[in-house]
Amino acid sequence: MSDEKTAAPPQTIDKAQYGLAAVLALVGVYTIVDARGLNVGFGDPVGPRVFPYVIGTLMVLLAVLLAIATARGDVPQAEEGEDVDLTTPPDWATVGKLVAILVLNILLVNVLGWAITGALLFAGCAWALGSRTLVRDLVVGVILSVASWYFFYSGLGVPLSPGLLDGVL
Amino acid sequence: MDTLNLLLDGFASALTLENLAYASIGVLLGTFVGVLPGIGPAMALALLLPVTYGLDATQALIMFAGIYYGGMYGGSTTSILLNTPGESASVMTAIEGNKMAKKGRAAQALATAAIGSFVAGTIGTLLVAFFTPTIATWAVEIGAPTYFAIMLLAMVLVSSVLGASKLRGFIALAIGLTIGLVGLDASTAQARLTGGSLELADGIDIVVVAVGVFAIGEALWTAAHLRRRPIDVIPVGRPFMGRADWSRSWAPWLRGTALGFPFGALPAGGAETPTFLSYITERKLARRRGGADEFGEGAIEGVAGPEAANNASAAGMFVPLLALGLPVTATASILLAAMQKYGIVPGPTLMTDQPDLIWTLLASLLIGNTLLLVINLPLAPVWAKLLRIPRPQLYAGILFFACLGAYSVGQSAFDLAMLLLFGGLGFAIRRFGIPVLPLILAVILGPLMEVKMREALDLSGGDVSGLFNEPLAIFVYALVVLAALSPLLIARFRPPMLHEQHDQHRDQEVS
Repeated sequence: MSDEKTAAPPQTIDKAQYGLAAVLALVGVYTIVDARGLNVGFGDPVGPRVFPYVIGTLMVLLAVLLAIATARGDVPQAEEGEDVDLTTPPDWATVGKLVAILVLNILLVNVLGWAITGALLFAGCAWALGSRTLVRDLVVGVILSVASWYFFYSGLGVPLSPGLLDGVL
Repeated sequence: MDTLNLLLDGFASALTLENLAYASIGVLLGTFVGVLPGIGPAMALALLLPVTYGLDATQALIMFAGIYYGGMYGGSTTSILLNTPGESASVMTAIEGNKMAKKGRAAQALATAAIGSFVAGTIGTLLVAFFTPTIATWAVEIGAPTYFAIMLLAMVLVSSVLGASKLRGFIALAIGLTIGLVGLDASTAQARLTGGSLELADGIDIVVVAVGVFAIGEALWTAAHLRRRPIDVIPVGRPFMGRADWSRSWAPWLRGTALGFPFGALPAGGAETPTFLSYITERKLARRRGGADEFGEGAIEGVAGPEAANNASAAGMFVPLLALGLPVTATASILLAAMQKYGIVPGPTLMTDQPDLIWTLLASLLIGNTLLLVINLPLAPVWAKLLRIPRPQLYAGILFFACLGAYSVGQSAFDLAMLLLFGGLGFAIRRFGIPVLPLILAVILGPLMEVKMREALDLSGGDVSGLFNEPLAIFVYALVVLAALSPLLIARFRPPMLHEQHDQHRDQEVS
């Protein structure tokens, strides 16, 4: 951790990192517990357990190291990007809306069909991200989803679920 | 001259009208997606994989080649015109490239990037054609212990050498290895980490992992921190270079190629290191020449060198992928997964089993590279317009295509749920500064590594010595130790100024 930048004010502790360490430790322990239930057959000197044991142990070890580093004031360098502005606090409302739209798509895609949910997905995400041209977004969404449905159906021979529009498309 | 004949045969089978059409579509789609902010070549490839499902293996490979080079070029266009590179390999290009663009020399910057990429890609692909068969014949001889050691080396290198934090590199590795465990154990067919779910028995598709972590994660992360002020895109005309630009560019192109290729072929994290080294080299050489040193104000050498290094390392990546079946970058991992879908198993036997396929692939890489130049120089102004797509629609589109890709794999809503789950993981690793490359690499290398480990230990009856009983394996282990220790030594001896500058750019997404 020698080359970590700790120029930020001293004694900043990123508490969320404790949460991450806890999740990682849980995953590691679960990996080990899960591997205990595996059978090692006759004449199989290694078996399917060794690799998960090693990975689970590594994970728990790293979780402990992360917790220690966090306590010592280690802060992560969150990722930057073209459209990312790290100076503002995270906008959880937008993220929540996007996740809700994605979950709706998961629940409805087999019922309504891709041609409908895909269009709603596009328009909904654009709306959640701040677009206020709802009608235009819906039109673009419909074009995208219907075109992609036909592209996969006739171009690639992959029938995406037609849903409600079975027979119409 | 055997290689040359084989390559010519490859051209003969690649150069049909139909295949050229697939290569052109690949280049166009790849550039289109690569130009979009926040999307690197690895993500472009993962997003566009479903498009190739209906094709046969050869045509699919030709299209991959186009997508791959197109995605790389698209990334450099973004970094020159926007100054905020979408992937770590373009970081160095952005430094001088954006300064050139601001001085009204965007056309020259794009031209030297495109032509440099072409030169480096062509030389690199030819080197792949000449090296791969040799390495493959030699690789047939090496056994499971050495393979295991080489994979261990690749993992330790990408986790510890790259990125600002070694701890986070290894955390990424462990997460990836855990994801790789999910599914039926290869030799005893017992379910691991599936929680009893039948859908997970086949394991988790790398495409779902990659698209989730890259695309959904990126969109969610950006949504949480969306820049609300207008973006500043520099307008550009048709790229061209004057006589002076040519004479200043050709040497950096060749030096960049020489640096990029070996780094790409080694498991050292792809283009990040060679582009950095190329930038430093060009700057030093410019200082030594004295006189009009433009570095810091838009020097064309600073674009030409790193761009060539970037593409040469992208070509170099094919050597371990084809000869050893060993992916060393996220892009290579996705290519490997794509090839596996077509029943192609990269590795030493591939050169002898399916030589036609390999030579066609290499020929199509050369064709794709040429098409890139022919198509993209005139189209640069169009690509620049793409950067102006309003952000809500842009990210809505990324989410749309990500869901479409995951859904088309098996028309199952379960895959979409997995996609969202990995999107959440992608968000978390961006929040906590955990690098992407070790994670993706571990998902695909983990299962391969376990197979080799068990092969080696089965032979020795479970004795640990089975992992050490080849001299070459011991040599590679020595390299692993060296790799783990060398960053500490370099950190001590590297001039502090360079150190700081490099670190500033290190935490970017690795694609």
